[in-house]
Amino acid sequence: MNIVYLIAAMALVTYIPRMLPMVLLKNVSLPAYIRRFMGFIPYAALGALIFPGVLTSAGTGGIESAVAGALLAAVLAWFEFNLILVVLGGIAGTFLMNMMLI
Amino acid sequence: MTKSSAHKFWGGIKAGLPVAIGYIPIAIAFGLLSKALGIPNYISALMSLIIYAGASQFIGVNLLVAGASFGEIIIATFLLNLRHFLMTGTLSQRLEENVSGPWRALLAFGVTDETFSISALNKEETLSKHFILGLNTIAFAAWNAGTWLGLFVATGLPEVVKASMGIALYAMFIGLLVPHIKKEKPALVVSVLAVFINSASYYLSIMFGFSGGWGIIIATVASAAIGAHIFAKGGEQA
Repeated sequence: MNIVYLIAAMALVTYIPRMLPMVLLKNVSLPAYIRRFMGFIPYAALGALIFPGVLTSAGTGGIESAVAGALLAAVLAWFEFNLILVVLGGIAGTFLMNMMLI
Repeated sequence: MTKSSAHKFWGGIKAGLPVAIGYIPIAIAFGLLSKALGIPNYISALMSLIIYAGASQFIGVNLLVAGASFGEIIIATFLLNLRHFLMTGTLSQRLEENVSGPWRALLAFGVTDETFSISALNKEETLSKHFILGLNTIAFAAWNAGTWLGLFVATGLPEVVKASMGIALYAMFIGLLVPHIKKEKPALVVSVLAVFINSASYYLSIMFGFSGGWGIIIATVASAAIGAHIFAKGGEQA
């Protein structure tokens, strides 16, 4: 039972940062600088989320497999293939390299 | 729902398919790991249902097994998810007008790195609540379905397959980012800055043994702020 309380507390501290800005910034008009800042958040967050985390994403496959998948995904993304194909391409690249290594 | 809101909801489902494809293998991995660590199945399923945050769940079960205190686990979870503060703050400004508080509270539950990226890089200037609901729904369903698959079905998967799934979400991030940085120099500069700042804080955190949970937040805030400074004009487009 105790552990259920832990899970509930984790759920709460996850939900609060998601919920507060969404609800409190309703109908608030922010200054231009802040809007520019927010416009850059997706690119900033994606950059930080991708690297260096991607390097360890292939688990036992190691860095080589992760890099193979990431490069294939990047090439497909460069030519603006559908996002689903980019995801599948990334998995395929890592899988092929894993087949050689594991 | 009116016809057009149903249409937008389906639009959200479609836009969320790549997220769902990425989530299923990661959630399977979570179920497998959690089971291997001896966490009861109902706890793992409950985590995906009410916490619904990949990294927190992985770290949560690892800390739990490592014997960390509940306080430590809760603080780590909080730090890890603080970045969503920036994301829902950003989305709040893009949401169509007159979306009620309860609707906003509902939509906020489904905001993850992945659903945020899809919404924020959507071409429409204002986002419909039904679009976000559709996007969130399919992502949430996939995350939970994947968790159950991991707990009850996937134990026998070969290692080579399991090791090939972790790339899925990164491939999605790459797929979202690359078309923008190819065309927009400010986006390129900001994301490269974020990569450098995050890498620096990652390696410093290993060297000096402080928590790496802040790295992504610091990198995101700092590089977006630098971007907003140097691209004072023309950086308005999201």
